[in-house]
Amino acid sequence: MLAETWFWLLALSLATYVALGGADLGVGMLLSRVAKTPDERRAVIDTIRPLWKPNEVWLVAAGGTLFLAFPTLLAVAFSGFYLPLMLVLWLIVGRGLAIELRYQMDEPLWNGMWDVVLGLASLALAVCFGAALGNILRGVALDETGTFFAPLWTDLTIGDEPGILDWYTLLVATVAALALAHHGALYLSGRTQGDVRERAAGWAARLFPPLFIGWIALGGLSFEARPAVLDNLRAHAWGIVFPALAVAAFVASALLRRPHPRRAFLASTAALYASVLTAAVSTFPDVLPARDAAHSLTLAEAAAPDAGLATGLTWWLPGMALVVAYYAWMHRRIGGGR
Amino acid sequence: MEALDVHRLQFAFTITYHYLFPQITMGLALLLVVFKARELRGDEASGRALRFWAKVFGVCFAMGVVTGIPMEFQFGTNWARFSERTGNVIGQTLAMEGVFAFFLEASFLYFLLYGEKLVGPRGHLAAAVLVWLGSWLSGYFIVCTNAWMQHPVGYTLGDDGVIQLESIGALLTNPWAVRQYVHTMIGSVITASFVLAGVGAFWLLRGVHQAVARRSVALGVLVGFVASVVAAFPTGSMQAHMVSEHQPATFAAMEGHFHTEDRAAMVLIGQPNMETLTLDNPIRIPGMLSFLTFQRWDAEVPGLTEYPRDEWPDNVPLLYFSYHIMAGLGTLFIALTALAGIAWKRGRLYGARPILWALLVAVPFPFIANTAGWMTAELGRQPWIVHGLLRTEDGHSLNVSAGNVWFSLLGFAGLYSLLSALFVALMLRLIGRGPAPDPREDDAAELAARSEVA
Repeated sequence: MLAETWFWLLALSLATYVALGGADLGVGMLLSRVAKTPDERRAVIDTIRPLWKPNEVWLVAAGGTLFLAFPTLLAVAFSGFYLPLMLVLWLIVGRGLAIELRYQMDEPLWNGMWDVVLGLASLALAVCFGAALGNILRGVALDETGTFFAPLWTDLTIGDEPGILDWYTLLVATVAALALAHHGALYLSGRTQGDVRERAAGWAARLFPPLFIGWIALGGLSFEARPAVLDNLRAHAWGIVFPALAVAAFVASALLRRPHPRRAFLASTAALYASVLTAAVSTFPDVLPARDAAHSLTLAEAAAPDAGLATGLTWWLPGMALVVAYYAWMHRRIGGGR
Repeated sequence: MEALDVHRLQFAFTITYHYLFPQITMGLALLLVVFKARELRGDEASGRALRFWAKVFGVCFAMGVVTGIPMEFQFGTNWARFSERTGNVIGQTLAMEGVFAFFLEASFLYFLLYGEKLVGPRGHLAAAVLVWLGSWLSGYFIVCTNAWMQHPVGYTLGDDGVIQLESIGALLTNPWAVRQYVHTMIGSVITASFVLAGVGAFWLLRGVHQAVARRSVALGVLVGFVASVVAAFPTGSMQAHMVSEHQPATFAAMEGHFHTEDRAAMVLIGQPNMETLTLDNPIRIPGMLSFLTFQRWDAEVPGLTEYPRDEWPDNVPLLYFSYHIMAGLGTLFIALTALAGIAWKRGRLYGARPILWALLVAVPFPFIANTAGWMTAELGRQPWIVHGLLRTEDGHSLNVSAGNVWFSLLGFAGLYSLLSALFVALMLRLIGRGPAPDPREDDAAELAARSEVA
């Protein structure tokens, strides 16, 4: 019971990172498309500047939560995904500095360099996170020792020894990048003015069809990539509510785009939450499915002993209530004007 | 090199590089609060000093954040077996750092750096205080994690070898953590105050930015003096007592004390010779080690050879030098800041060019001393990753080969070299431009001072 509580808290933390940090990634990806002049570029980055750090802390906090509640999962997954995680770390370094250091000098070359770093790193991070999700959904090559080490690619098919990149994970990565770019476009169209706003709304409209088709296709192909996903949905029929919600929220985000960009962004936020929870329910109660189902890492095997889990809850929940209070305060201070 | 060594090298490199930045931001966060409080009391130049140092803080903080995230990830990527065994305990403190410290810092930093107009003068002070609190909380959770690895408390050992949390209260009030924390934070305050004093001295030597330079030098020297003294006594000696009590082999290795003796001498200088287990070219103070350890001049202090060889720290010379470099530099810091403090008291500091030069040249040394201090702690913990519980050789990820770690280590080395160049260039530019000019003061005075120097 405790382990299950932590599983859902962890999924919610990650979903919050995807929704909040994902908007920042989307804005980074679209920067060069929606902003044509130095002033416009600055205005676009200004929309994410105050909040990108706390937004990224959700990822770090989710990492800490994983460590506390599921140390075995952290150990197995992080060491197995060693190579892509190192790439993610370098991208996080470059992207964080791009946002902060671009403002240190008012030189066109300096600003332009960091804007390119921001754009490329944002896109690459979205792709990496999508590929990581794809790997978990498809299952990894856990062996009898309970560990694996994933190469970056093998032959791009889903065999017994798949790489990080195969046709399925590439598809998940593409849909993830589309979803976050769409999310960022909606964010910008609710928080900028004039030409930038128009271009952002245009990108939201352009990105939506491939995103929606890709998301639906992914639903079907996931059964192909790992047939056990279907059994999982049968066993936890209530879980169907998450994909249904995701589809409905995506549709709502498209319908609200013109009349109410800010509400469209909220709908997209709901869609991202529901997407992450869909992924969670399609593996639950495994936390890291294996290609050979006998070696899958289950929730019970991955969880820390109960005493530590119970203790953790007593401070984690109040701590997160504080975080919500910070966010409410920050939004009141900076959100109203734009 | 075996995989284990490359894993260790990568962690050592990335943590050493990372800690160059938090040590300045944690100390500087405190000094920013002082400047802000003085500004609110009506000192306009303190406000300009605050705004200048907040810019330096912003760049250092960004560097600290981006080089810090890889640290948290490396527990899982490179030290999987360690993480699996200990996650139930140290996952608590690491997750607490995210929830209680990082969100606090990250949320209010923007308002400290850029949001003065959004929150008003009192709100700006509050933001400074909250960022300071956040950074010092973050320091506590990290030191607490490290202290548990040095001196594990509040746990039970399960049948399956998994280490279970028994008492979070014991974990958070680990006596080792409390002492190590105070010592670490003081070290960070020394770094920040030496940076303040050194940059202020640079401006005074050039004859520019007089008002802000004086405030930076004065605050740097005074806080630097107090912190340097406190670093040695009581915090440094308390820390040394913890080591001598709980890690006696480490203590002997640090001191270069190979053989058990009554009236044991303290070594000031000398090179450990691991073949003969003696010190070459030693300069010693007789009886001092006995006195400092047991408060009796004739007390017997056990030497390294009392302990089985497989419990010796695996790099005794490096441990010995790290400790002696830290302690030696710490002594010099007391002397330099005392000298500068006396000159300040007599009203002569701002024109005392030799002292100003010394303060300027001294800037890198607190970074070296802090690094050496951490090397003492971490090399001293060897051969254990959790002292007495888990050996370092049983902690790394077996599924990550040496070649893959070399790949990531070289990647970090390349990336961080690039960052260093950018960071140094930005800092030199910031310091060269200096704070905003005084709106009331006639710029002619500054120009006159400048031509006088020329």
